[in-house]
Amino acid sequence: MRTYLLHRLLHAIPVLIGISVIAFFIVRWVPGDTVTAMLGAQYSEEEAIALREKYGLDQPLPLQYLRWAGNVLRGDFGRSAFTGQPVLEAILERLPVTAQLVAMSLTVALACAIPLGIWAALRRGGKADTLASVTGLLGVSIPGFWLGALLILGFSLHGGWLPSGGYIQWTVDPWENLRHMTLPALALGGAVTAVILRMTRSAMLDVLDEEYVRFARSLGFPQRVWVTRYALRNALIPIITITGIQAGYLLGGSVVIEHMFSLPGIGLLSLQAINNRDYALLQGTVLFVGVCFVFINLLVDFIYAWLDPGIKY
Amino acid sequence: MNTFISRFLRNRSAVTAAFIIALYGCLAIAAPWIAPHDPYTMHSEALLTAPNNAHWLGTDPFGRDMLSRLLHGARISMTVGAVAAGLALALGSVIGMLAGYAGRAVDHVLSRIMDVLFAFPDILLALVIMAVLGPGTFNVMIAIGLVYTPIFARVARASTLSVKKLMYVEAARGTGASSLRILARHILPNIAAPLIIQTSLSFAFAILAEAALSFLGLGVEPDAPSWGVMLNEGKNWMEHGWWVAVFPGLAITLAVLSFNVMGDGLRDALNPRHHR
Repeated sequence: MRTYLLHRLLHAIPVLIGISVIAFFIVRWVPGDTVTAMLGAQYSEEEAIALREKYGLDQPLPLQYLRWAGNVLRGDFGRSAFTGQPVLEAILERLPVTAQLVAMSLTVALACAIPLGIWAALRRGGKADTLASVTGLLGVSIPGFWLGALLILGFSLHGGWLPSGGYIQWTVDPWENLRHMTLPALALGGAVTAVILRMTRSAMLDVLDEEYVRFARSLGFPQRVWVTRYALRNALIPIITITGIQAGYLLGGSVVIEHMFSLPGIGLLSLQAINNRDYALLQGTVLFVGVCFVFINLLVDFIYAWLDPGIKY
Repeated sequence: MNTFISRFLRNRSAVTAAFIIALYGCLAIAAPWIAPHDPYTMHSEALLTAPNNAHWLGTDPFGRDMLSRLLHGARISMTVGAVAAGLALALGSVIGMLAGYAGRAVDHVLSRIMDVLFAFPDILLALVIMAVLGPGTFNVMIAIGLVYTPIFARVARASTLSVKKLMYVEAARGTGASSLRILARHILPNIAAPLIIQTSLSFAFAILAEAALSFLGLGVEPDAPSWGVMLNEGKNWMEHGWWVAVFPGLAITLAVLSFNVMGDGLRDALNPRHHR
């Protein structure tokens, strides 16, 4: 198990370097010049040269990359050209919104998908199974932003029960915070629910055929016992793996949902960075999300190894 | 082949989905002739009108006919889906086959590059590529195609690894066939099945991704009748007219659902043991 974990850690290093290379070079490929964007319409050539020298933009690209990567490792992601705020500070300010959105979406998804997936597997070919299959297919096919629109139509505009957008901090008013986050979490969690549901059903079907489950059933254990203690425990590994992968993808999906519900999270921040041509901010958000994605996957690998100590690389 | 077709035809859901996809294709091709109105013409006397005899699916806040825009939107979605999935298939297959066949350093380098691309959530990567390329239908196709290339590369690599040790490949190598010939004539036809399934599923992803990018204002041209653009415009007017948000979403969902169901059907037909 230790070798496996070490391999996974070592494997993550070139991926992290690759992410930083992509995040760095993207800004160089974006049309327009960073210096002229910072100076505005009226500037002299001397000012531009001075600014290039100040930020090291007159140096060769590999050298610029090393300097930037060094700064990033020290926690200096640069400053937003639009607001002047340090990029890392801007990201960390928005992180709680995205983290809460992702956590609530995953909670909703797990709470719905696992019981429904188990139920479908236990009644294979029956009505519950059909319902799970249809839900699974619809879930992966309905765009999150359309689901969001339908939820706003039903729960905000017609019902008036929940707000259609905006954000209230948890520390200011926890109840209002939950009310504002409910519809975005449901909209974002729809597709994830479907994916976890399909995986739960499939994983449960695999273990239900195993001898140890059949043996537990033959001993006369109640269904609740053999399902949770013998079947579900062994079906958890693929479910956890897919949940981890989905958590990473939720970070990406949050861009659309944060735009839909005007939530000030990292997704909306990266969208604003693109629209404002705020290169340092774009670089920072891309790097941050990429690194989070890798760490979530590493965490999944660790849980995987913990659940299945016999795993070998 | 006949067994595969008969197995696919026995799957009623998959056949229905294939029929719906064909219908979408026909509507997309025939849109300029069958659309009741010009998708760009603003009818100032009919701003945000509910579905009626003159405008079967109503009009948007600018008085443009929703049905005509949806039909023209099908052209955009189908074209983006086909080109993006085709690009990802072509690039991903070549990269994956090269990695799987060559092995060692080539495999290591190509696999790590694909891992890095996998480390970004797909929509964020597409957004960033669009920031570099700029908005436009052609650029959307390139961006989505590049984002889904690693999936095809992984599928192609895994399949190549399992096929390259088989007897007929060894025999071809023994007769002195070049690597290019072995890849094109012996490996590619035998790894086509998983790639075809992935193409169908990626078509669905591409339609979703185009709609999402256009919804965010970074996809096709802002006045183009894309389903994502329509939804983005419609979300601010839902309070006054549900149809501006409901119909474009329905069009996207039905198209994506059909490609997903057809993809599942193809997989079950090609590998019946997979079906549970």
